[in-house]
Amino acid sequence: MEELLNFTKTLIHISSIIAIIGVSVSVIILLYRTMRGPTNPDRAVALDVIGVNIMALTGLIAILLVSTQFNDVILLIGILLFIGTVALAKFLEKGVIIERDMD
Amino acid sequence: MLLAVLLPFIIAIFIPLLSRWKHNLHTGFFVTAVPVVIFIYFIRFIGQGFEPVEREYSWIPSLDMNILLYLDGLSLLFVLLISGIGSLVAFYSIYYLHKSEQLGHFYVYFLLFMGSMLGVVLSDNVFVLYTFWEFTSLSSFLLIGFWNHREGSRYGALKSMLITVFGGLSLLGGLVYLSVITGTSSIQEIMSQRELVLNHEFFPLILGLILLGAFTKSAQFPFHIWLPDAMEAPTPVSAYLHSATMVKAGIFLVARFFPMLSVSEWFFIIVSTVGIFTLCWGSYMAVRQTDLKAILAFSTISQLGMIMAMLGFGTELAIFAAAFHILNHATFKGSLFMVAGIVDHETGSRDIRRLGGLMTFLPITATLALVASFSMAGVPLPFLNGFYSKELFFQSVYELDLSVTGIIAFLQSIFPYLAVFGSIFTFVYSMYFFFGTFRGQGRIEKLPKKPHEAPIGMLVSPLLLVVGVIVIGLIPDLINKPFVEHAASAIGGADISKDIYFWHGIKPPFIMSITVVVFGTILFLVRPKWASVYKIVPGILSLNKFYDGLVARTERYSTVITDGYMNGSLGRYMRLILVAIMLVTFSVMIYTGGFTVDTGNLSDIRVHELLIALVMVIAAFGTIVAKNRIAAILILGVVGYGLAMLFVVYRAPDLALTQLIIETVTVGLFLLVFYHLPKLKKTSESPFTKTMNVIISAGFGLLMTMVAISAHSSKLFDSMSSYFVDNSYELGGGDNIVNVILVDFRGLDTLFEIAVLGIAAMAVFSLIRLREKKKEE
Repeated sequence: MEELLNFTKTLIHISSIIAIIGVSVSVIILLYRTMRGPTNPDRAVALDVIGVNIMALTGLIAILLVSTQFNDVILLIGILLFIGTVALAKFLEKGVIIERDMD
Repeated sequence: MLLAVLLPFIIAIFIPLLSRWKHNLHTGFFVTAVPVVIFIYFIRFIGQGFEPVEREYSWIPSLDMNILLYLDGLSLLFVLLISGIGSLVAFYSIYYLHKSEQLGHFYVYFLLFMGSMLGVVLSDNVFVLYTFWEFTSLSSFLLIGFWNHREGSRYGALKSMLITVFGGLSLLGGLVYLSVITGTSSIQEIMSQRELVLNHEFFPLILGLILLGAFTKSAQFPFHIWLPDAMEAPTPVSAYLHSATMVKAGIFLVARFFPMLSVSEWFFIIVSTVGIFTLCWGSYMAVRQTDLKAILAFSTISQLGMIMAMLGFGTELAIFAAAFHILNHATFKGSLFMVAGIVDHETGSRDIRRLGGLMTFLPITATLALVASFSMAGVPLPFLNGFYSKELFFQSVYELDLSVTGIIAFLQSIFPYLAVFGSIFTFVYSMYFFFGTFRGQGRIEKLPKKPHEAPIGMLVSPLLLVVGVIVIGLIPDLINKPFVEHAASAIGGADISKDIYFWHGIKPPFIMSITVVVFGTILFLVRPKWASVYKIVPGILSLNKFYDGLVARTERYSTVITDGYMNGSLGRYMRLILVAIMLVTFSVMIYTGGFTVDTGNLSDIRVHELLIALVMVIAAFGTIVAKNRIAAILILGVVGYGLAMLFVVYRAPDLALTQLIIETVTVGLFLLVFYHLPKLKKTSESPFTKTMNVIISAGFGLLMTMVAISAHSSKLFDSMSSYFVDNSYELGGGDNIVNVILVDFRGLDTLFEIAVLGIAAMAVFSLIRLREKKKEE
């Protein structure tokens, strides 16, 4: 039983590290898109996906650290990403984020 | 005695009230009473058996600054000069200044000056002395600039201010040294510890600083240039300040510190050389002037040089002669200035080229001028006091001790010739002053006013002074024993007693006097023939040009320097700040051996940390090279999120939460104001600046990295965080240590950070509102 538990622990550990590396690589590739991205919408989408990847990263790190303290962070990133992307989208579409006259 | 010093200040307060009635009664009448009262108060001290009087009044006892008044022979001589000539000048000014002038201002400055001058000569505390010293500079500045609508007055006032305050500050330095070395601020006590000062390594510095103060105030070469320009002042001021009192403050200072300073041989070398040279230069330059007051100004410079030289000789005879000449110079120079004022007042011109032949129009004035100028020239007549002191001067310069060697012997061997040379020119300008104004054929009809004799009130003061000249000349013993001897003894620090005779027999001093008269007469008669010598010397070597150039250059170069770094470019300021920080920190760290690298307490590096760091580094570089602003903002967002990830990795959930929100809000704010931001442009900086920027930023980054590593490597004490870990639940009642610290252990910081946020919000709000309001208007 003890052995099995240890084995599972090691398995989770290794797999989360592999996953972290995978996600990180994807972040780096996305970073390339953010910097090069021929148009600004490209960058916006890349940033959005970086955010999703960061959510994943946070989760994986939380697993790695055996902690539940970071669940808030994951939720928050989700909300912020949504708000940020909507704001960006609106900015790219209309040039402003908050419209003044609501008629 | 304190009341006598403060009386002018007290009366000065009431002058503005009194001058309201100036149309009924000239304010000067009230003012004249002040010096008269002081004079009567102090004249009681004259007498054979005079003993120094000392009074102490508390001012700042904790700093050893008390108003210590000390009246010895030297102070008494000056006090009587100040109050006596002050009375005469005040009386003279009643007739000189019209009621339509700003009499209130004039007499306030005048009384301020008189009080501070009394303070200078009576103070025994060095700091009180300095206070009054600066007061004289200040009130002199105000008096010179009395007619401040004139360009020349303002220029002269500024010049005298700059030069005398420069000297005053160096005097302060010397006095501070003295009081630090001796541990007391009383001049008498400093004198009693003179061995200590003389053997101190800073003695040359003290000597230099004090002499600098004295030379600037007493218009010694090369600091004499302010005095001729101070002639823009009203004539009573010139008569009072720039002949009798203020310019003698430097003499007073040297005389006061004489027992201490004169022990050094450098005192002899500096003071007597400067004095003799000033004597020659002043008298030489005086002949060249065309303005009556300018002649007198250079004459004052020259006479002050003579007194200074006598103090420099330091023999008993010379000291006695100096004290005697201080008195004599005040009498004849004061009356000559008043004569010049009368001539100006009655003819409308002070230009000697336009004057001449005034003797028949101004007979009394001419007589006064005759006596005073002959006394100044030192004509050997038994009723002229100037002759006595000049003869004593010749005698003292002739009797200098020739048993020494080196530079002193050389100086002593040339001094008699220089003294005769200076005196010849003194004779020439005295004759020039008198004959040029009152004799010859003048062009009376071309003068601005038709000349006529001055009102009797205006003549009283110079008359009294000339009577003084004659009385001292006829019966010198009247003032010798009870007065001049005390002053000389006070200067020399020993009993000095000399008899004054008119006739010494045919001895070298008399031969020198005769030489002066003979050569002076010849030079005066053929003056137009050699006047062109002034084109060679001073010619272009004008000290005034040097001063003007210095002032102008100082201004210009400071402008250049200030403009050099303050060009309004924020980039440049940023560079300067960073470079300064780098230089200071690097040098301090290297000097103290602060850079250390200790790998003992490092933890292992994990793969995901490395990856996050890599992402952040790439994104940071990306921000720099981004071509458009949105891209830059978005990539900056990546850096922020990376930081949040680092917080996650290092187990700081609260920080991570906050960082994420702030990052998002910041990106949002950037987008909000994006519309108003200019397009990112290629900067127009030169390649050099760009390279510098790269170097500076790289250097600064390096510096911060090294500082951080060193800070980490040199932990001297354990961190106190274990206390929070142990006590956060028990004392703070919370599991979340970060939050307990923020609101409980260190709640005050949080309060003020909230305040910062509030202020920022209000500032943003008001900025936007103000802008909108402006638009509406």
